[in-house]
Amino acid sequence: MIRNGSIIQPRFHVHRSTECVNCRKCIAECSFGVHSWDEKNKRMKADSSKCVDCQRCVVYCPVDALSITRNENIMHPNHAWCEDSLNEIYRQAETGGVLLSSMGAPDRKVPSYFPRILLNASQVTNPSIDPLREPMETTTFIGRRPESIERDLNGKLIDNLPPHLELKEPIMFAAMSYGAVSLNVHKALAMASEALGTYWNTGEGGLHEDLYKYGKNTIVQVASGRFGVHPDYLSAGAAVEIKIGQGAKPGIGGHLTGAKIHGDIAKTRMVPEGIDAISPAPHHDIYSIEDLRQLVSMIKEATNYTKPVIVKVAAVHNIAPIASGIARSGADIIEIDGFRGGTGAAPVRIRDNVGIPIELALAAVDQRLRDEHIRSQISIIASGSIRNSADAAKAIALGADAVSIGTAALCALGCHLCASCQTGKCAWGIATQEGDLMKRLDPEKGAERLYNLVHAWKREIEEIMGGMGINSIEALRGNRLALRGVGLTQKELDVLGIKHAGE
Amino acid sequence: MREGEVRIPSGCAIAGIFARDGKRINGRTIRDSIAVMHERSNGLGGGYAGYGIYPQYKEYYAMHIFYDDMAAREECERYLDAAFDIINLSKIPTRPNPNITDAPLIWRYFVTPLPHRLSDSLLDEEEYVVRTVIRLNNSIKGCYVFSCGKNMGVFKAVGYPEDVADFYRLEEYEGYSWTAHGRYPTNTPGWWGGSHPFALLDLSVVHNGEISSYDANRRAVEMYGYSCNLLTDTEVITYILDYLKRRVHLTLEESASVIAAPFWNTISLKGEEEGKRLAYLRKMFSEFLVTGPFSILVGFGGGMMALNDRLKLRSLVVGEKDRTVYFASEEAAIREIAPDLDSIFSPKGGEPVIVHLDEGVRA
Repeated sequence: MIRNGSIIQPRFHVHRSTECVNCRKCIAECSFGVHSWDEKNKRMKADSSKCVDCQRCVVYCPVDALSITRNENIMHPNHAWCEDSLNEIYRQAETGGVLLSSMGAPDRKVPSYFPRILLNASQVTNPSIDPLREPMETTTFIGRRPESIERDLNGKLIDNLPPHLELKEPIMFAAMSYGAVSLNVHKALAMASEALGTYWNTGEGGLHEDLYKYGKNTIVQVASGRFGVHPDYLSAGAAVEIKIGQGAKPGIGGHLTGAKIHGDIAKTRMVPEGIDAISPAPHHDIYSIEDLRQLVSMIKEATNYTKPVIVKVAAVHNIAPIASGIARSGADIIEIDGFRGGTGAAPVRIRDNVGIPIELALAAVDQRLRDEHIRSQISIIASGSIRNSADAAKAIALGADAVSIGTAALCALGCHLCASCQTGKCAWGIATQEGDLMKRLDPEKGAERLYNLVHAWKREIEEIMGGMGINSIEALRGNRLALRGVGLTQKELDVLGIKHAGE
Repeated sequence: MREGEVRIPSGCAIAGIFARDGKRINGRTIRDSIAVMHERSNGLGGGYAGYGIYPQYKEYYAMHIFYDDMAAREECERYLDAAFDIINLSKIPTRPNPNITDAPLIWRYFVTPLPHRLSDSLLDEEEYVVRTVIRLNNSIKGCYVFSCGKNMGVFKAVGYPEDVADFYRLEEYEGYSWTAHGRYPTNTPGWWGGSHPFALLDLSVVHNGEISSYDANRRAVEMYGYSCNLLTDTEVITYILDYLKRRVHLTLEESASVIAAPFWNTISLKGEEEGKRLAYLRKMFSEFLVTGPFSILVGFGGGMMALNDRLKLRSLVVGEKDRTVYFASEEAAIREIAPDLDSIFSPKGGEPVIVHLDEGVRA
């Protein structure tokens, strides 16, 4: 049927079984206005066209009466012009706008390499190690390392290492800004990081004053909009991250709508209420690599050389020379965010078509830095679709020092990947600033779930390492013989620097 | 299939003797020791390193080289001639042994860098020698330099260690320090270069174990100009030790704290200064941590080091009698040549045992 003049048919279909007791819980839970009470017919009804399939009503229905399926209606089958393509055309024809979405690129036509990489284990010639009985070390230090040792006049080694971050497990939380996510998400991340001995990242929206107490587990971000950046903010965290780019939208800035900018968000971001906060595409003081060097130096001066500086870039085609340039800019750590990295809002065309998968980018960067003899001087964080502990272990074996997780962390908080963050109506209380919705996320419970997730991954990584006879995470880092590809072309194997299974 | 084309894990036996007082020990003694552990080898590799064996040429680098054929030898000698002053060259004396077959041509050269070539290279003498050796091994087909130190030499082959000793007439050599190796590779390497000891300059390593950190270590050390052609653990350990000792200028004890770094919770129990020192070494050189089971004997001019992995997943015992120190995978191998010991113990995982010549004793 035609709704509000649109010929677009609903993507999903909300089904309600006879179990329904008309309790109207779904009306309260749905922030997209799908469910309503039909007074005339004395029954519940659903407007499937509004449904984003966030699963909130399904999970909260007390009698399991609800389910959501793809709309069974099929458009005329055509592989070249599939249903999603047509609906995007209809939408743009109706609105004239740039298509927006959120979270990472969902397209399965771009391969995901982690599932096609397999891990090794010891048999006979080398004992596997039982992590429940033997020490198993996952503590990771990241930061810059000098080129040579120094000794004092008595020949004693001088500790000439610049400040490092100590991670109890090689997993940290990715940058998500206050404004894009709610304060409760930040609280949960901060509390979980403290309990786990790892770090969370403010993203570009500043650090709420209530969270300064978590500073030693906080990485503060400086992005192109410089929102919320002031001397106390820079000094509050354990490290400062300069965000150049993001895997979901390489080359694109950010846009937080004025509707989300009120109260504490405006104050924390240091911007006027109700006015769009726009992060420019580039940093306007970084038009070249030598400018990055100056910003790194400025931040180090401002923080008295007590904080490592991270430079975060999106995985793009020439990521290897870019990383090499960053390594020589004085930065301590490079974070590479891959093609499938998440976002609170991005143009669909950018998200789904720009950048390269993290596996290939990471392998290329690690190898390039080794070819240039500078890999040992700088640390690498990989992000962008780390879905489980095996992905993390594979990323480390490809060459990462640590990984960071954004989407997986949000899923731990209840996110169901409906990719509607940009609407601000997140029914799970994550990507929203609406009072009642925000309350749905209890920061303490959220912190516990985040802790559980990362702790479980850590235990799984220990099992993976133990199986290989490795008892310290640094012996896994860059250990590419621990990996084999399946179903990959020789070119893909060459870029990944791994052998095919059976070789 | 040749060593270096695939990675071959292996189990092993190791043994060592070191006379602190510089007493000269006949090669037959180390042969008798390693022969006891026959069961730990499978006849696919055996070898020895002797120190102080070339007193008459102690100022010169002793190059031991395997050649597949005369063409490789001619090409290599042309190269050696251009880089070094060759003081003496000869075949290494051998005797036929029915269990040692497919021997390559085995030659020995005592050399010293040509002064003008050395000064043109802008390298120190040892680096000049190392780079020349790496280049020879990488670029000349059928040529493999397996020993290049001063007043020391490696003797190795495919076979049981006792046969290898017989083949090389080891009883004709005497030195203050010996190491030995019997290899148990899991498939047929069929190439003599893959046997232990593995040596660079005067540093030689015999190794029992399979390191699980192999590729992390390999890729790290290859950043510094080494090239791991054999894909063996021993090769990578040798290069790491050479790098840490000769290039970074760490002491042997410090190098041991890098490759068998204490666990973080062990470090936290140390005193503040020692804890800081160990934490620094571990953070600074994390890519050289070696995990997985190993026991190694490292020979070097004037000393020897024994080291186990930090979990002690391979056996290693150390015995002492007067000023002589004995090392072996099994106590029986020590008792065979020194039945009446003053002391014997098993070093803890990750704790190096380092011995040097007594003060005033010249190698």
